[in-house]
Amino acid sequence: MTDASMQGGAAAPSRKSSIHTIDARTKKRNAAEARFKAYGLAAILVGLFFLVVLAVSIVRNGLPAFTETTVDLEFVLTEEQYQEAEGTLFKTAAYTDFFIAGLREQLVEDGVEVAFDEDAIERILGKVGGNLREFYRANEDKLGEPVSFTMSASSRVDGYMNGRVTRDGLEDSRFLMATDLDLVDVLRDAGIITQSFNWNFITGADSGVDNPGGAGIGASVVGSFFMMIVVLVLSLPIGVAASIYLEEFAPQNRFTDLIEVNISNLAAVPSIVFGILGLAVFIQFMHLPQSAPLVGGLVLTLMTLPTIIISTRASLKSVPPSIRDAALGVGASKMQAVFHHVLPLAMPGILTGTIIGLAQALGETAPLLLIGMVGFVARGYPDGFVGGFTEANSAMPAQIYTWAARADVSFYEKAWGGIIILLLFLLTMNIIAIILRRRFERRW
Amino acid sequence: MYDAPNTELHVTQNDIKIAARKVQVYYGDTHAIKDVDVDIEDKTVTAFIGPSGCGKSTFLRCINRMNDTIDICRVEGDIQIDGEDIYDKRVDPVQLRAKVGMVFQKPNPFPKSIYDNIAYGPKIHGLAKNKADLDEIVEKALRRGAIWDEVKDRLHAPGTGLSGGQQQRLCIARAVATEPEVLLMDEPCSALDPIATAQVEELIDELKQNYSVVIVTHSMQQAARVSQKTAFFHLGHLVEYGETGKIFTNPEDTRTESYITGRIG
Repeated sequence: MTDASMQGGAAAPSRKSSIHTIDARTKKRNAAEARFKAYGLAAILVGLFFLVVLAVSIVRNGLPAFTETTVDLEFVLTEEQYQEAEGTLFKTAAYTDFFIAGLREQLVEDGVEVAFDEDAIERILGKVGGNLREFYRANEDKLGEPVSFTMSASSRVDGYMNGRVTRDGLEDSRFLMATDLDLVDVLRDAGIITQSFNWNFITGADSGVDNPGGAGIGASVVGSFFMMIVVLVLSLPIGVAASIYLEEFAPQNRFTDLIEVNISNLAAVPSIVFGILGLAVFIQFMHLPQSAPLVGGLVLTLMTLPTIIISTRASLKSVPPSIRDAALGVGASKMQAVFHHVLPLAMPGILTGTIIGLAQALGETAPLLLIGMVGFVARGYPDGFVGGFTEANSAMPAQIYTWAARADVSFYEKAWGGIIILLLFLLTMNIIAIILRRRFERRW
Repeated sequence: MYDAPNTELHVTQNDIKIAARKVQVYYGDTHAIKDVDVDIEDKTVTAFIGPSGCGKSTFLRCINRMNDTIDICRVEGDIQIDGEDIYDKRVDPVQLRAKVGMVFQKPNPFPKSIYDNIAYGPKIHGLAKNKADLDEIVEKALRRGAIWDEVKDRLHAPGTGLSGGQQQRLCIARAVATEPEVLLMDEPCSALDPIATAQVEELIDELKQNYSVVIVTHSMQQAARVSQKTAFFHLGHLVEYGETGKIFTNPEDTRTESYITGRIG
């Protein structure tokens, strides 16, 4: 006893230290913490950097898709020319020839000094014949009168106006000669070639491979919209009902465990698997129409259900059990307890999960490739699309994929523009999710 | 000497409200309640005391069949309220729970207005014919919960905005709003401060005029203050049951004595 206390007394002075000097061990720990903070900060900065790079490149590549270069011309087609054009074998080519002649006259009238030939004009103009013929066949009464046309220029002229095509390194080809650009400059100064906002890109339908100027994402926005309606109408009630049953009513046994594990597994199944399932079941077995938003919606419903079920179950689980006890304690039945008290409290989580599921479905491409929602050119747009659950259509991501795969660089530009539209929709959905969550949470 | 038999007489005048015989409760393989026999009287406060995990809350939750909500829980034996077996096949637990109200350990008002908290039970049981009826029921329940004066001006404010003690009295008011015959309280004051506890205890004392109140508590002082009868549970057994005064001053079983004097538990 005495020994111990004496030892303690002797040891005490040596262990005594000032809190004004930091010992080695503390220094080491502080250094470790500082290092960890630096790693974290670095990780966030790297992430931000890539985000900025992504955003900038999307905007830079995509914005030109929203402007179009047009050739504006007042043009007269006489009755005789109309008959002549209709009588030839290549009708649209004949119309193109008349338009070129018209433009040439206009240029001569304006006193353009640059030497040019018909081929140069043809290279500058897009394929205008089809549009002209369509117009005059619909409005025969306009024959012989001056009509002002706005025709989209060829994709390379569009590229020149947007700065994608420059004189440096331009090799003469049958698509564009360096001298054509002089003519383009003159036409621009004369106000014949102008740039304007491309509404057609937002409202229009996809065009053929040789007409990038006329391509729009509108039809596929409609297609995506119909698909999302199908997904929402099917997956929200089914998903929520399934989660409520599993979470609140189902007995805990092997069978429900198995279901639970499989739902988690389904959430991780690659989407292309759902695509081939949809192809086999909905199209080959049930004979639903190919390329239809209905089928796309059904396939995406299969994909979205696990997401919705998992998030709904998580938000049901997070409602404190005391609320259930309280409801049961005053004599509510289990169903009343769930629907009057638990479900309203879980609602913000359910809505968030649903919208995130929908956003995921909106951006999904792979399953749509398999059910034929790519490589399609709209006919009868927009009339044929209004009732369009079973009409062939495309969807935004599938449309972007189609454009990116085409040879003409102008389509590549359209693909980037399509991505901007898609991201705008996703951003809107996420904002709606946040607003809904806030609104519902404020009520409690 | 003169008082004692009188009290005895007073207590035994009450009818038996709840009669339990050979009650066994199993959680999976765990035998949580063993052979519990108890007669709980009407218009009396009965306290269940005992160390944690002794089964007093489990037994309480058998009386309104709240244990049915736990999958692995199995109840055997016989519990009768007014001579009717509550575990009979014909009994719907939802109907039973309207008759046997419950107040929980943590105040758990619904995240709705004070008014809706009280009105919910009467609404789902169809006790009110119209809005005026419902208003009257709500006011009556809040008065019986001794919280009317504090909340009458803000009936449509959220119930979760009240203080802990007020919330618990709101929960008691909610429980009495459905006109139960028995009121079960599972440690109703464990989350409250001494002042709120005193208010709730006072309320319990008033409630015994109309109900048979069963209260689980960890505080022996509380049991002594509010109850007329006390049951001591230990390791799933009902060790001793009798007059509160007798249990605290002159227990028959050595385990009861050890618990009360702080040697076990």
